[in-house]
Formats: sequence, C-alpha cells, structure tokens
Amino acid sequence: MSQYILRRLLIAIPSLLGISLILFIVLALAPGDPFSELATNPNVPPEVREALRAKFGLDDPIYLRYVHWLVAMVHGDWGFSFVSRMNVDTLILQRLSTTLYVIGSAQLLALMIAIPVGVYAATRPYSIFDQVANTLAFIGFSLPTFFTGILFILIFSVKLDWLPFVYSTDIKATGIHWIGEQIRQTIMPVMVLGLFQAASMTRFVRSAMLDVIRLDYVTTARAKGIGQRRVIIKHVMRNAMIPVVTLIALQVPAVFGGAIVTEQIFRIPGIGSLLISSILANDTPVVMAVTFVFACLVVLFNLIADVLYGWLDPRISLR
Amino acid sequence: MAGLTLASRSAERRTYSPLRETWRRYRRHKLAVVSAVLLLVLVAAVVLGPFLWRVGINEIDFTARLEGPSLAHPLGTDDLGQDILARMISGGRISLAVGLAAMVVSVLVGTLIGALAGMSRGALGHFLMWLTDLFLALPQLPLLLLLIYLFRDELKAAFGPEGGIFILIVVVIGGLRWMPVARLVRAQFLSLREKEFVEAARALGASRARQVIRHILPNALGPVIIAGTIDVAAAIIAESTLSFLGLGFPPDTPTWGRLLFDAKDYLDIAAHWALFPGAAIFIAVVAVNFIGDGLRDALDARRVI
Amino acid sequence: MKLGTELRTMIDGVKDGRMDRRGFIQRMIALGLTAPMATQLLAIGGVAMAESPSAYKPTKRGGGGALKLLWWQGPTLLNPHFATGTKDQDGSRLFYEPLACWDANGNLSPVLAAEIPSIENGGLAADAKSVTWKLKPGVKWHDGKPFTADDVVFNWEYAKDPATATVTLATYRDLIVEKIDDLTVKISFKNPTPFWADAFVGAPNAIIPKHLFQDYTGDKSRDAPTNLKPVGTSAYKFVEFKPGDLIRGEINLDYHMPNRPHFDTIEMKGGGDAVSAARAVIQTGEYDFGWNIQVEDEILLRLEKGGKGKASYAVGGDTEFIALNFTDPNTEVDGERSSMKTKHPLFSDPAVRKALSLLVDRDAIKNVIYGRAGRTTANYLNGPEKFVSKNTTWEFSVEKAAKLLDDAGWKPGADGIRAKDGKRMKILFQTAINGPRQKTQAIVKQACQKAGIEVELKSVVASIFFSSDVGNPDTYPHFYADIQMFQIPMSQPDPAQHMRRYHSSNVATKANKWQGQNFPRWVNKDYDAAIDAAEGEIDPIKRAAFYIKANDLMWQDTVFIPAMHRLKVEAASNTLRPVLSGWANETDNLHEWYREA
Repeated sequence: MSQYILRRLLIAIPSLLGISLILFIVLALAPGDPFSELATNPNVPPEVREALRAKFGLDDPIYLRYVHWLVAMVHGDWGFSFVSRMNVDTLILQRLSTTLYVIGSAQLLALMIAIPVGVYAATRPYSIFDQVANTLAFIGFSLPTFFTGILFILIFSVKLDWLPFVYSTDIKATGIHWIGEQIRQTIMPVMVLGLFQAASMTRFVRSAMLDVIRLDYVTTARAKGIGQRRVIIKHVMRNAMIPVVTLIALQVPAVFGGAIVTEQIFRIPGIGSLLISSILANDTPVVMAVTFVFACLVVLFNLIADVLYGWLDPRISLR
Repeated sequence: MAGLTLASRSAERRTYSPLRETWRRYRRHKLAVVSAVLLLVLVAAVVLGPFLWRVGINEIDFTARLEGPSLAHPLGTDDLGQDILARMISGGRISLAVGLAAMVVSVLVGTLIGALAGMSRGALGHFLMWLTDLFLALPQLPLLLLLIYLFRDELKAAFGPEGGIFILIVVVIGGLRWMPVARLVRAQFLSLREKEFVEAARALGASRARQVIRHILPNALGPVIIAGTIDVAAAIIAESTLSFLGLGFPPDTPTWGRLLFDAKDYLDIAAHWALFPGAAIFIAVVAVNFIGDGLRDALDARRVI
Repeated sequence: MKLGTELRTMIDGVKDGRMDRRGFIQRMIALGLTAPMATQLLAIGGVAMAESPSAYKPTKRGGGGALKLLWWQGPTLLNPHFATGTKDQDGSRLFYEPLACWDANGNLSPVLAAEIPSIENGGLAADAKSVTWKLKPGVKWHDGKPFTADDVVFNWEYAKDPATATVTLATYRDLIVEKIDDLTVKISFKNPTPFWADAFVGAPNAIIPKHLFQDYTGDKSRDAPTNLKPVGTSAYKFVEFKPGDLIRGEINLDYHMPNRPHFDTIEMKGGGDAVSAARAVIQTGEYDFGWNIQVEDEILLRLEKGGKGKASYAVGGDTEFIALNFTDPNTEVDGERSSMKTKHPLFSDPAVRKALSLLVDRDAIKNVIYGRAGRTTANYLNGPEKFVSKNTTWEFSVEKAAKLLDDAGWKPGADGIRAKDGKRMKILFQTAINGPRQKTQAIVKQACQKAGIEVELKSVVASIFFSSDVGNPDTYPHFYADIQMFQIPMSQPDPAQHMRRYHSSNVATKANKWQGQNFPRWVNKDYDAAIDAAEGEIDPIKRAAFYIKANDLMWQDTVFIPAMHRLKVEAASNTLRPVLSGWANETDNLHEWYREA
C-alpha cells in the first residue's frame, strides 16, 4: 500500500504541472483587464494603462509568463498581486483562517445532518420521516444560497434582530464574549451553506444506504439475530460509505476554495470572495495561486479517497 | 452472488422484455408516476401556455408595478409592471430545457468517463482521473468567459442567436458538472468489478462490454441518478448566474432562476415575485427526483416489487 | 475681508447674468486692478473664492465613539498613487491628505494648504501658467516628522517617474513643481491652464511622506512597507489593513485642525453588495455609512420606513448616457468593425437619431429606477452649473418618433419593423451589467418596439466592458453594437478632460488599439474648434461658452441620448452628519463629519 501511495504521489507532480499549465493558459486568455477601473477615469489617459500592462508583463507571450510563474513558484514566490500590490501569499494567509472556520463549520454541519438523517431515512424508506426528510432536501437544493441568504437576513437580522449579518474579523470583545459574538455572526452563513450542502448529501447517503440495505448479506446478518443498530452500522454503513467518501473527498478542497455566494452575502473575508474579486479584476497572480492550491488539494483528496476505498472494501485492488 | 441469482430468477419468471419489466416496476412507484405526470403538465404548460395566456413577456406597464396576484395578472407583476405569469411560462421553456439537457450531458459524460476509468487498470484510467481533477480545479468563471468569448459568435452564426446560446449554455453547465458523477461511477466500478457476480459473468466468458452494461452499470446507477436529479436544480440555478454575468441569454429573457435572482431584493416588498419562480423550480426538482427514485427502483433488479 | 465678500457677490452677479462682464471689469479697474487680473478673478470665482462656511459643530476633539463605514467594494491598496479605483482613493484618503479638497458646494477648501491660491493672495499667476501654494505650518506626519514643501515636491517626482507606474502619472508629468521655501511650493504649467486645481487636490492626489517613500521609487516602489501601513497627516492614524475586507484607524490627537476629528476610531468594512449595504445602514443600523448605494429607489424608500438611517445625495456631473455609433458595427473593413471607413446604415440618417432620442422615456426611467438619485436632462454635460447648457430640450413621444421615421421614408414592413432601401431597423443595444441599466434597456426596448424598431439587448460584465483588452470585441471602445449605455464619472468640477474625448483626433480605431476615447466615432469640425478654443481660453465666461457650445453640438447631432443625470447616493445613519460632495470622493471631507446625539 505504501508503495502505491508513493507512486501516486510521484505521478501527482507531472499531473499538477500539466494542470498548472492549463490553468495558466485559461487565465491568461480569459478576457478582461486588471486596470479596467481606470478606463472611465478621465484623469488617466490610455497610455498610463498601457504602461501598467507592460510593467506587469501582461503583454509578454504566455509561455514566457508561465515560465516566470513556474520559476518563481519553485523558489517559493507566490507572485505579486496587480490589484493590491502585495505578495499573494500574504493576501491568502490573511483570509485562510476565516475560510477554514466558516466553510469548514458549514461542511461539518452538512455531514452531521446528512449522515444520520440519510441513514435513518434509508432504514425506513417511504415512512413519514423519510418523506419529510426528502421534501426538506428538495427544498434545500432547489433554493439557491443567494436566495436563502437573503431570506435568513430578513428573518433573523431585520425582523427578529437576533443576529448580525455583516461578518466582522475585528470583534471588540474578549474571552467568552468574543467567542459568543464569533458564534453569533457565524450562525447564518454556516446554516445557509451547511443546509444547502446537507440537502444533496442526505439524498446521496440515503440512496447509498438503500443500495446496500437490500443485499442478501444484510438479511443474513439480521437473520443471525444481530441487532438492527449493529447491522446498520457494522454491515450496511461501511459498504455504503464508498459514494459518501467520494463526495466528502470532492467537498474538502472546497473548504479551502471558499463559497463565493455565501461569502459575498455575509461579507465574509474568505478565499472565495478574494477569488471572485480577483477574477473580476483579472488579478491573475492571485487567481493562479488560489486555483493551484485548490488543484493540489483536489489531487491529494482524490488519492486519499482511493486509499479509503481500499480500506472500506478490501477487495478493491489498487495498482 | 446476490445480484446474479436474483436477476436470473426474475428473468425466468416472466417473459417480459427488460423494457416492459422496467415499466411495470416503475408503475408500482406511485409518487414516481404522479411526478412523471406533473412534469408532463409543466412541460405542456410552458409549451402551450403562450397560446392560452397572450400577454407579452416584455410588456411594461408603469401603472401596475409590483402588484400582487389579480385577475389581470394571476401571478402578479414585477417592478416594471411586467406580467409574471407570462414571464414564468416563457422562462420555464428555457429553464426546463436547460435543466434537463444539462443533466443529460453531465450524466452521460460523467458515466462514460467514470466507467472507463473504473474499468481501466492502466494509463487510460490515470489520464481520465487527471482530466477529472483538472476540470475540478479549473476556476469556472474565467473558463466561461473564455468559452463564450471564443465560441459565442461561431455558435450564433451556426444555430441562430437563441439556439447557439442554448447549446453553449447546456454544454457549459453540463460540461462543468460531470466530474462528481465520474468520480462516483468510478468508485462504484472499483468496488463492483471485484464482486462475485461480475467474476461469475467473467468466468462464463462475458465480454467486457457485457460485464459493464449488463452487470456493473445497473448496480452503479444509484448515485448517478441522485447526482443527475440534483443537477437539474443546479443547472436551473446556474443558468441564472450565467445570464446575470451576461454570459447567457439576452438580459431581457426571463428564466426561472433569473426571475428568482431579480426578485431577491424585493422579497420584503413583493414576495409573490420570488414565490412563484421558487415554487416552479421546487416542483420541477421534486418531480425529477421522484422520477429518478422510481427509475432506480425499477432498474434495481434485486428489488422484487 | 470686505472686499472679498463684495467681489463674491459681483462674481455671482456675473455668473447669474445680473451684471454684465464689461461692467464688472470696469468696476474692478476702478478699484485699481488691471483688466487681465479682473478677468482672472472671475476665472477662479467658481473654483476658489466662495469657500463655504463649515457646518462642523463639535467643540472638542474626539468623544464621538466609533465610525463604522461600509464600502461594498473594499479598498485593495492604500497608496493614492496606485489607486486603480475610487474605492482605493477612498481608503487611502482616510490616512493621507491633499493640499485642498472640494467641499459640498464644489468649492475648494484648504486641508494641508494654509490658504487657497488666488490672484488676490498672489497664489495664481495672471497668465494661468503657475500656481503657488502656501502650506499650513506645524503639520506633522503620524510618526511625528514635520510636513514640508519637500514632501510635496517628492510626490511630483514619485508620480511622474514612469518606472514607478503610478496612475497619477498624467496629472504630474506635464508640470514642474519647485520648492520656494519650506512652506511654499510653485507649480508651473507648460501652457496656460485655466483649471489649475488638479495636482495635489482631492483624494486622488493626496500626499505621501517623502521620508518613508524616498528609498522606494521607480522599480523598488512595490517593496515599500508603507504601501500597506500608511503614515499620513490625516485625522486618523493607521491601525490595520486587510485588502478588500477591512481598514481600521484611530484618532490622531495631533491633528492640525481644531476640534477635529470627532470620532475616536474609524472602521471601513468592504465586500457584499449595495442592497445589503443599504440594509445594514438604513434598516438595521449595524453601520453608520454605506457607500455608493446604487439601488432602485423603490427599495430605498421601503428601507427608510421606520429605519435607522436614510439615503443622502450629492449632486455632481455624472451622466448616464446612450451613445450612438456613427460607423457600421456589422461591416468589417481591414479587420476592424465600426471602422471609420464605414457609415452607420441607420444612424447616418439624422431623422433616425432624432427618433431614437424621442423614444427614451426619461421620466419613466427616473420614476421607476433612479427616483431621487436622478434628474432628467437633455445635456451630456450636467455640471458644474456654469457649464450647463440652457439651450436644449428633450421629449418622449412614440407618435412623434413614428411620424419622423414615416416622413424620412422608413416604412413598417409586414412584421411591423420599419425598413428603407432594404435596411431593416434592427439595433443591438449593449451595456455593462448592473440592475438599473438592464431595466433602462427594457424600457427603451419597449418604446422602440412600439415605434417599429427591433432592439436586441446585450449586457457585458463590467470588468470586460471597461477593459482595454485589444483582443476583446465586447469593450466599450470597440463599440461593436449600434448603441451602448454607461456613464463616465466626472471626478472634478471641470469639463476639460471630459469633453476632450470626443475630439475627432481621439477616435477609437484598430490603428490606435482602440485607445482613442471617442467611441461614438463622431466627427464634427465645429466641435473640434470649440474644444481647441476652450482649452487655450483663460477667460472663464468664454471658456464656459465654448463648452456649452460643444454640448449643444452633440445634442443637435444626437451623439448621445442622456438617460439620466445621476446623483451620488449614500446611506447614512440618522445621527451621522456626513459632508459629501458630488465632486469629491466620499472620504474627502471626512474630517468634517460628526455625529449628533
């Protein structure tokens, strides 16, 4: 197994290089201009914009820009933001903790809802509980976060005045009050995002459980007099986990990538809002850095998922 | 062991063709049947609606702004006094078409790539997983801007303004959502291809294609169907984001997602504006999901209904 | 200052037309001034002399608590010379100050300057070729170092160095700044410059300290630690900066203006969208001030009901316009559409342009979309007041438009769309994405359809629409559409740079990589002559007349259909007393803000 992991990690290097090249080409070719805001400023003549483009190397051929980026990256230099004129790694690190905290909590919430609800619903298909859970799940993923976010704000901030809806990274309190405020301001974004994720996840868990629960060995296990709880947890869940693990492996990199819409609505200074504003401003070094880290995580978690498959189902042979 | 014995027994029992057998099983699932009817009604409404409700989608009436439901405007009006029913009917055509077509694209592409990656034990499998990782890592917005920039005019020239944009949107939405399906299918395949019933089929000399189509795929479809049904909702919503970014249909083309997006800031002034498109998306999603459930139960040979 | 008051009354009299110019100049000569000097007095009349009285009430420094500002686009950097957008200027201005800024009435008010230069105080040369600024004595940077003329001269050197790549390059490259003594600097212009109040004036031209930046000029400019931790002269000292998210500052107890500032701390939070920013200020009161609330008036009125704040407005010169393409966007000549070698198939007929203007229902656009934030207008140039033409009118009438088109031979075809000589009236209408713009498009389209003109709408992401990307056909300078709508903000109370754009020498073409600013590709000799004449004209009345003429020429030719004269809209809590100017950044007068208990 360790040999397999080592080999996969070695393969990861050229494959990440390939991904980085394609990412870079897409970003470089994508239309737009980091200095577009200057375009309607009558005090800034077009020559100034041209000079800026030249200074930041935007007019160089793409292969040259890519080589520059790669060489810098190998030396640990993540690049320099056109828009903020500061180092990209500082910019990302500033936002990392908030993203991990908010988006991570949301993903955890999603899992904590989806797995028990999905499992329980699958053990009693078409019962009242199952029907209610399904309906809620349908509502959950038919309503986009841009809508539920505003709905929550209207209810909990405007009508009830319970929760703040502007996320602050600078809470003026200490100790227990700080923690309280921190939780208060995180409730709405975590709920909005967590429930949205939980909705689809519940459906997957339920379906995966249903696939396994009808298999003969489950019936056999039951027939042997093993308790329902034990059957579900030891025999069914383990086998039903393969799609669930796949989904979680797909979701974990997203914790780093942030959630653009939710972050925008609640003004959470996370990676997602950095990414979208950098994309709209064509701040290629920032976009490149974020997406490249994201790509590394995607590849890594794909590998982890594969290893987990082998553990969940020892018959899976990985070569 | 399980799959093989049960499958062959049910095949012996009656002489139904597989298709009829599936239909027989599908009909047992009441909600699925009701949902199929509901979806047909929705499709009929958006297709035939304009002939029955002859109010123009762009007819502005400044004297009837943000009005609630009334006889003149059964679903009320938006902030320009445009009739929401007419816009819902017109928007439903696009939303339903985009949702279903994008779902089909993502499921087909995802299943194909996932199946190939799951069966291959060599370079092809690695390459396909690399491709999946690549697509997962690609930032979608710049990619969309690039695709639209590169292909919009060509597609417009080839398929007309509406058709060209439709194809572009379906390809873009479907083409960027197949990766989870591929990963799910591959994971199922990795597990299923080692199962006894596949081994048995292999031992009996079944070709690889037959192993996949007759034995592995039907058992791997559970998560695919769920992913596909979730994709319908996601595609309808994604379309609204696209048109908001100027990448989709012209800005005055109403779609359900777009209506919901436009209505969100008026939620406390004119709730009806958001309510109807939201409900329409919900009904479509529920219908597709129950059809999916029904299909899954019908295709699941192990389940005796 | 009795003379000053009397002068002001008389200058106002000339501006209003109550007193004629000759009478004014004769009286001035009688007072012992020469004729050119008297002229110059008028020149600076609108700019400098009418300093408005301050409405600032607090009688002590501090004690106002925290001021919480919400900028839905957060500043991304804090060096005014690198500010790509107004948001960055706003953020930098929290800590850096210019010599003077524009007050609520569009007059200059001194900040780091001891006084506003005028002919009277010897600050302005009669030939309009130099300005001498006296600096306020005793001003200290936040680190305690004194602020002197060296700092001012340094800013000029810093900005004009192309290697530094500043966005202020154009303001400083064509002038010379000299130190006369520690508290006096002289700016010399190459040509007579009637509008002299650009360099070192306003938030975009705030001054950075020499002692912290002198080692970081040219290519090294990006390494300056002070780029991210500003040390300025303003009322608030820097505490923390997170690009795009948060800026924090605290009171500067050594501030150079008495009793100011009022607030003890300041916070500028970024991100989100305009509607929710309005909610956080007006409806829930989480914040004191929300920037640039471009929201449908309907929503604002609703939020204001029983809310904790209200919308406030500032009149400037921003005009939302629909521009007509004078070239053919659908014919490619030498790899370029909208080429100067073509003529627009429909708009080359003046009747079509006039008809289109009749089809823009400006009242509806105001009532339904902009509300209090808009004023209907027939003019492209809507401020400052002395440059606004009174000779123009507008009207909305589908019938008149239809008649005009009928008379010109554009007859409706079987499908109801007009045509003439095989040319169908189908136009493509593009704009940048933004809620109010899409609604305006819908309103215009509806009226056009009634008159037999088919309109296809298109909207482009703002970052592409306004980009200088040569390869992208969706940018506004390419103008690969028949009509397009946006606005060009007017950041100074002077129309020179604004009107210069449409000079025929500035046409956007492939040859100049679409860097030319005349995107309608309209060429008019009289217009060129008026602009050229205005730029060399020192006499303010004549100068204004030239710009009014230029505006009227554009109106006669229907180059632009002004959809709305837009006001700045901000959200402020009911207790906050912000000082806002239509001619300045929102934070430019921050030292004057206070809260009423």
